[in-house]
Amino acid sequence: MKSLYLVLKYLAILLWSSFVALPFLWALTTSFKTSNGVTGGATYIPWLQYEPSLEGWKVLVRTGGQGINIVAPFISSAIVTLSASLISMVLGTLAAYGLSRFSYRLGFVKNSDITFFFIAQRIMPPIVLAIPFFLMLQFLGLLDTIPGLILVYVALLLPIATWVMVDFFNNVPPQIDEMALIDGCNPIGAFVRVILPNSLPGIMVGGLFCVMFGWNDFFFAFTLTFTKTQLLPVAVVALNSSVTPWWSLSASALVSVAPLVIIAFVVERFLSSGNMAGAIR
Amino acid sequence: MLKLKYKQFFLLPGLIVLVAIIIFPLLFTIRVSFSSWDVVKPGLDWFGGKNWGRLFEDMRFWESLARLSLMATGSVFIQYLVGFGLALLVWRNIILKRFIRVLFLVPMMTTPVIMSVIWRTILHESLGPANDIIRILGFEPLSWLSTGPMAMVSVILVEVWQWTPFMFLLLLAGLMSLPNEPYMAAAIDGAGPFRTFFSVTFPLMAPISIGAILIRLIEASKLMETVYVLTSGGPGTATETSSYYIYIRGLRDYQIGYAASLSLAYLVIMIISLTIIAKILTRKIAQD
Repeated sequence: MKSLYLVLKYLAILLWSSFVALPFLWALTTSFKTSNGVTGGATYIPWLQYEPSLEGWKVLVRTGGQGINIVAPFISSAIVTLSASLISMVLGTLAAYGLSRFSYRLGFVKNSDITFFFIAQRIMPPIVLAIPFFLMLQFLGLLDTIPGLILVYVALLLPIATWVMVDFFNNVPPQIDEMALIDGCNPIGAFVRVILPNSLPGIMVGGLFCVMFGWNDFFFAFTLTFTKTQLLPVAVVALNSSVTPWWSLSASALVSVAPLVIIAFVVERFLSSGNMAGAIR
Repeated sequence: MLKLKYKQFFLLPGLIVLVAIIIFPLLFTIRVSFSSWDVVKPGLDWFGGKNWGRLFEDMRFWESLARLSLMATGSVFIQYLVGFGLALLVWRNIILKRFIRVLFLVPMMTTPVIMSVIWRTILHESLGPANDIIRILGFEPLSWLSTGPMAMVSVILVEVWQWTPFMFLLLLAGLMSLPNEPYMAAAIDGAGPFRTFFSVTFPLMAPISIGAILIRLIEASKLMETVYVLTSGGPGTATETSSYYIYIRGLRDYQIGYAASLSLAYLVIMIISLTIIAKILTRKIAQD
């Protein structure tokens, strides 16, 4: 009975693992194919079923008319994601610290309402914001530019940064602040010299979340850029709709998600310590 | 007075930025929804409630809402069942614990549109591995993306692949924070594994289950990117969701005024229905 249960359990884990791994393994094997491995039906094993080639990968870095330029979108994506994450984390950390330590009042609006206002922005469907963002960036002359995208991404990431940091600061004992204040710091000095250095784990997690959401966004990058600026997800999806062969499509997809798989390892360590459960309740 | 200044230093920058980039555009959208702004005549004129009248007769919009509800609730329900099952499997000690957990988490970290592009090649009817595997197992190949109901199933399949990890993550965190005493009591009473699950684990997990389901429903109500890449709303309009329809009207046909009223109606309907769902689910816990 017990061993039957164990067999079923590992069978289920194996089944789901294969489902999870399927797109990655398929993309990996496809990226080494040429037309001989694709057009005759699905093939899986190199050398045995098809002759592997590096063409799909070489074409990514080739410049000029005959290559797919994935390098420029990669750099643009990195610039937009990192700047927007940095701005959001600075503003979000400050706001979160304020919301967790001081009490604000504006008529009937209290701290909890302001915190909810920050988080509630996640409910907004991107399409609802896309139309005014489009008109706003057009008005500012920032359509199809990197600064315009950074501005929009701050709106996207600031609620996430604030959410993570409010939760984090609520778990930092206020005695630490009080000790710094007694030592003669003003609140800003106490924040910079004592609170920030003690909050590095929270800042790292918040920052990684921002980078993840920024890097993964497609919709705003898609609706607010045309020809001059192109972010990575838009570049890869554009390959999908054209006649691009599957091998270079797969290779560029793998390049785009690689940074995230690395982040997954870091985030897993934090998340499995049970912190998320507290955030939800 | 001095204290007040410090307080503002922390909160105000973030709050002002958020209000400036979200609330101001939203108010502007309300104004635009009363104009006839389109590709021929861009600008803010007064069009009265004509956009809103058109919206009520626009069956394509209401159908897209119905399809969205079906696909969103369907995929979130499956994500919950599978995610809970996986969390229960991984909860107790297993071999390769860390590796399996990271593997189970990876899909939600990867870019949805890019993974959808890969899925599209997998589901390709003659060249993809999905039908190839089905053929090896001896079944009839499926028309994954070219018939209406199957295309919907494909979208749900990809959504389940992408977002079950999120459910898994929250439910696993919930399981790990459960107290030990009820389990000891159940063991003393001689309850079997099924009994223990239904009268101890499941009730204790109710609050976190509801939190996880609500977060996923909110996210799923925005469903559009997967649809755009996999089917472009097709065949016909068989998988067209509200977001995607509004996108077509607004940023492809450039009927900005009409799209503005569509998007506001969509936002209001989403907020109301999600609030009702949240109320019903939380009342269920209170009764238990």
